[in-house]
Amino acid sequence: MKVLVTVKEVAEVADDFEIEGTEVGERYLEYDLNEWDDYAVEEAVQLKEDGPAEEVVAVTIGPERAEETIRMALAKGADRAVRIWDDVLEEPDLLDVETKTNLLAAVVEEEEPDLVLTGVQSGDDNFGATGVSLADEIGFQWAAVVNALDYDHDEGVAHVHRELEGGVEELTDVELPAVLTIQTGINEPRYASLRGIRQAQSKEIAPKSLADLGLDAGAIESELDLTSMYEPESESDATIFEGDASETAAQLAEVLREKGVAE
Amino acid sequence: MSSDVLAVAEHRRGVLRDVSYELISAGELLADATGGDLHVAIIGGDTEAFADDLNRKGVDYVHTVSEGEEFNHDVHVQAVEALHAEIDPEALVMANSVNGLDYAPAVANSLDLPLVTDAVGLEYDGDLTVTREMYGSKVETTVEVSGDQYAVTFRGGEWPAAEGVGDAEIGEFDVDIDTDTGSSVTGFEEVGGGDVDISEADFIVSIGRGIEEEDNLPLIEDLVEATDATLASSRPIVDSGWLPKNRQVGQSGKVVTPDVYLAIGISGAVQHVAGMKGSDTIIAINTDPNAPIFDIADYGIVGDLFDVVPELIEEFS
Ligand SMILES: Cc1cc2nc3c(=O)[nH]c(=O)nc-3n(C[C@H](O)[C@H](O)[C@H](O)COP(=O)(O)OP(=O)(O)OC[C@H]3O[C@@H](n4cnc5c(N)ncnc54)[C@H](O)[C@@H]3O)c2cc1C
Ligand SMILES: Nc1ncnc2c1ncn2[C@@H]1O[C@H](COP(=O)(O)O)[C@@H](O)[C@H]1O
Repeated sequence: MKVLVTVKEVAEVADDFEIEGTEVGERYLEYDLNEWDDYAVEEAVQLKEDGPAEEVVAVTIGPERAEETIRMALAKGADRAVRIWDDVLEEPDLLDVETKTNLLAAVVEEEEPDLVLTGVQSGDDNFGATGVSLADEIGFQWAAVVNALDYDHDEGVAHVHRELEGGVEELTDVELPAVLTIQTGINEPRYASLRGIRQAQSKEIAPKSLADLGLDAGAIESELDLTSMYEPESESDATIFEGDASETAAQLAEVLREKGVAE
Repeated sequence: MSSDVLAVAEHRRGVLRDVSYELISAGELLADATGGDLHVAIIGGDTEAFADDLNRKGVDYVHTVSEGEEFNHDVHVQAVEALHAEIDPEALVMANSVNGLDYAPAVANSLDLPLVTDAVGLEYDGDLTVTREMYGSKVETTVEVSGDQYAVTFRGGEWPAAEGVGDAEIGEFDVDIDTDTGSSVTGFEEVGGGDVDISEADFIVSIGRGIEEEDNLPLIEDLVEATDATLASSRPIVDSGWLPKNRQVGQSGKVVTPDVYLAIGISGAVQHVAGMKGSDTIIAINTDPNAPIFDIADYGIVGDLFDVVPELIEEFS
């Protein structure tokens, strides 16, 4: 079985930041592997270590900078990687779900995986949609928000738990080929070992342009346009305690006593 | 194409979920703007009873599809596609819920509709503009939709629940559904039971990723002991295995409504807030003055928990 795992480099903004146009200023951003994808990578690598998967391929859509992130997936045990990028992808402020679906679908066509693992959502723009949209595009079965996976190799069925709201899980059987969107907590993502990091240096990251994937600019045409970005007006009417740690703690303690919850 | 709005309601284990009524409110706003009718679809479960309940003020049509007891994404995709073909609406609106995540993107892709997820606001002036958040609610963005037809999923808890009784036309929508599709729901499981029930607590001290390491947890446990509070947490603490699932507050954990909720090192992500916004008094300790938790807090300390918590323990010992 071959597993394709999609990984995204996400940006986190610093506590204090400024918006420039429709973007947060580059100097306030720190990049990291998307939290949800970290769990997806771990799940894929475990499938390989436990037997059923022969190969784990990581794929990302991102500029050259994203190689750092995809190397993390390689250091954690993915065998090789594909990085999709193209000059025309620089322009739009928003890589929408449809665009990402088309690009990833072209990679699925080339790689022919049996299982695709994505994260539930990207931590920065949280569409929460790419995995299930991709499943529809490539004609795979799917399950979203998976927090337990038990793969039955003989039957070719993934027994999964979908984490619903309010502490309820849905038990679902999904026939492969399938896309599963992975929820945090499904496993314990490993830290990359020094050996893993060294090995990752010699693993392949294949760059792919639109043309390489047999796509033209039509594949990234979008009917969505990010028109503005701003800091939401604070709705806060919180009383903020002023002073050093002991002064603020004393004021807080006073409130707790007043409310009668602590003495 | 019509200027209508088609909203897909949601149910689970015999009850309509609250977000269904919110979709009606949002759908009504949108239908008023587009000048079209508001259609509501209910797929599976006790469709007859659900339809009566969904017939609220503003709803023009309720379409029922009686197929299966519980949510199944294959049934939903096929039913919504058929309804979409029949009504040919401008807007298709769905919930940004866990089940929404499981079918809305497939429907949008299959119908070739642009998809905007997790909307928290709408404006319409011939074109739809959706407000949505990024970077853990630290910024808001507006996304303009230029297509004639589109799909939007709405965040729960952002629109009021529709009320009143409407005079909708209710009818069963006939559609052939293939149920042999390769995915099947085999059951449900309740998780997060055990020795404590945090939803009973009067005073909750809740810890988030700001605690950094499991080895730092005793600091919070000391505070809990000194104040006789109940310990809870945000999701990452439970994901890491530092606390059991029954301590998790939020969308996929417990809903709590204590007299006081003290959030320490918790950013206030929407899925966390869903579980604690009903608390009487909310107090936050966070190093980031822009953390969204301060938007719903009554009191706050902008500061380092490793400085503040020891002082707080001191106050009560
Ligand atoms: C389908 C779904 C369901 C989910 N369900 C839940 C749920 O039930 N419950 C839940 O909680 N989350 C849930 N989440 C996850 C949620 O989106 C957030 O990722 C999570 O709530 C973040 O937890 P946090 O606030 O502890 O961590 P972060 O967002 O990382 O915030 C940590 C905070 O600590 C502050 N901090 C750092 N250091 C210090 C310090 N020394 N002193 C003080 N403050 C400090 C930082 O400024 C930051 O604000 C769900 C997500 C999805 C997609
Ligand atoms: N640029 C990208 N490159 C690779 N995978 C992505 C990208 N964007 C999203 N994904 C995958 O799709 C999941 C859901 O993302 P989203 O729909 O953007 O919230 C992520 O967890 C990733 O696994």
